[in-house]
Amino acid sequence: MSDIIRRDPRAEWIIRNRLHPLHDQYANQEEGGEVRGPSGLLRKFPHKVGFIGPNGIKRIDRLKGNSSAPKGKRSSAAQEVQLPLHKVDSPEYYIMVVADLVGGRLTGHDKDILGLAHKLIAEQGGNGAVVAVCFGEVKEEHFDTAGVDRLLHIDGEAFEGYSPEARVQALAQVEAQYPVKHWLFPDSIHGGCDLASRLAARLGERPATQAWQVNAEQTVSRGASASLDITRKTPKILMLLEECADAIDETRHEATPITLDGVSVSAPTIQDQGLMDVDPNAIPMAEAEFILSAGNGIHNWDQFHDAAKVLGATEGASRVAVDDGFMPRSRQVGATGTWVTARVYIAVGISGAIQHMQGIGQVDKVVAINTDAGCDMVKRAALSVIGDSEEILSELMKLAAEHKNTSVSDQAEEDSHAA
Amino acid sequence: MPHKVISLISVGRHPQSGRSRRADQDSRAVELGLKLAGTDLDVVHAGSSQEPVLRQYAGMGLPKVTVLEQDESADALVSIADYLKSEKADIVLTGVRAESGESSGMTPYILSEQLGWPIVARVADIVDIKEGEAQVLLALPRGQRRQVTVKLPFIASIDNAAEAARQSAFGPGLRAKMDSQKGSTVEDSVRVDWSEAPAKARPKRLKIVKAKTAADRFKAATAKPQGGSGKVMKNESAQEQAQAIFDLLIEEKVIR
Repeated sequence: MSDIIRRDPRAEWIIRNRLHPLHDQYANQEEGGEVRGPSGLLRKFPHKVGFIGPNGIKRIDRLKGNSSAPKGKRSSAAQEVQLPLHKVDSPEYYIMVVADLVGGRLTGHDKDILGLAHKLIAEQGGNGAVVAVCFGEVKEEHFDTAGVDRLLHIDGEAFEGYSPEARVQALAQVEAQYPVKHWLFPDSIHGGCDLASRLAARLGERPATQAWQVNAEQTVSRGASASLDITRKTPKILMLLEECADAIDETRHEATPITLDGVSVSAPTIQDQGLMDVDPNAIPMAEAEFILSAGNGIHNWDQFHDAAKVLGATEGASRVAVDDGFMPRSRQVGATGTWVTARVYIAVGISGAIQHMQGIGQVDKVVAINTDAGCDMVKRAALSVIGDSEEILSELMKLAAEHKNTSVSDQAEEDSHAA
Repeated sequence: MPHKVISLISVGRHPQSGRSRRADQDSRAVELGLKLAGTDLDVVHAGSSQEPVLRQYAGMGLPKVTVLEQDESADALVSIADYLKSEKADIVLTGVRAESGESSGMTPYILSEQLGWPIVARVADIVDIKEGEAQVLLALPRGQRRQVTVKLPFIASIDNAAEAARQSAFGPGLRAKMDSQKGSTVEDSVRVDWSEAPAKARPKRLKIVKAKTAADRFKAATAKPQGGSGKVMKNESAQEQAQAIFDLLIEEKVIR
């Protein structure tokens, strides 16, 4: 039911006017009706008297419903807003957005480009539709609010993992089957730039790379290692920088699936052998994904290094640990050290000075291990455990070692089944 | 059998001073080429042989640099493609993006399309070459690496993650031979219509609050950046606490 307050001015007027012939009827409705006991006495049900005010406190209306706001219920609950649906029937042309889909979900970069595609359609006029082209596994659930009119999901074993050759062949077939006005790609290291360059070479088009200001006629793109702005006619294939336009946020879109007929892919010349195990400490700290960071609360440093090794985490440190000589300066996290972008950051014995907090500003999930439950790091953390770090780390190492053993034996079992 | 490796080099641009220098990724490509082929490495530049930056490349220990003589306005792709067709190369190394000119990064892709060779993008290292197949490490975001195998011949664009180039020695650089050949005279006709200007700073995106009511605006102005604090485990045993952390690590897929 909607929470919107609907006022009935006529009812309010009748309630205000005690001489109105319908006054009793309306006033009683509001109060819940009057009840006479068996002896004719007026009975009042005390729980029904009054209403709950906006702050959750019970209020009794001494005006007996003679106030001008008879409903008395004001709700501040947020309403689920249904955005208006943007519909495109039988589009004349398409703008293809080939999304990066990092981890199967649209990135902020992808959403900006979808926004730009709608801007281009609005400028060019005509009945155009924005198509999101996706490969492999898709976990995204909100294509409609991101501005996808049509969704082309090209699925199949050939497109899993690292498969730029198969993907570009599929895109060339899309070009042949659909009337495509523009191809928009994110100029990113997640594969968007590579795929766009391959497609441009295949179609013989000259793309605009590192484009950041695009309209229907003109494109401004960076050149000469971002020291030059090149202005040119908007080409068919564009590789766009981040924040090239605003993402869609005021409309809903259909996200109707469309298909690609007869996808045929030749055998790839590049064989994917999978991801390599990388030494976590060789990864630059600023881009490491998982950091185990030590502070003043660590006493057993050998154990800390072992824990980082077993968990496969990059080592970090607070300023105190570095100043005391336990860790090298290059491992310092914070305002004077490295500003990290990890997804998971475990702070062991770090209470969280503001300089350190600045350094972990972009971290998604912080886990704090500390003896002090009131420290700033605990306030910032998604999960905090209060206790002795040495004990907890040793338990954690045990769990990680067990996990490694079981996953190895699982793999061995699978292999034996396969054989 | 030694493999024929060709590195393509261009004139770089220092990010702060703007002076010309050896390009970062191109010099990494030369470094990788030296690792694969030693001094048999063929280093090719399309442009002027009078360019002093070429001496910086040569100072990495190259006996000669092949220069395809052409004007600045001429299309480098044509002369490089002609040269590669005439030489029987196994591996061609380039940078991902040039530091001067359009720097679109399209050169290796167009060459691969013209020659019909596979292109491997963002290479961190070429580990091994045997039986006509190369094992190549690709650089992925967040310092990850992917291993692929690719048949010779192929084109590789070298990422910043590849091994850094050795220092350039001034004397050997001066003594190196510049092997001038005639390049193309085909003009880059598309580029003539472009206008170029020094890069403007990009506007930063502001946080726009689209609140409809005063209460919403007030909330947006006063809300703290972080939501409620997370879970705190105080009285559990160390084992339970460790299990909770471990579950989070598994959920976030940082432990596989």
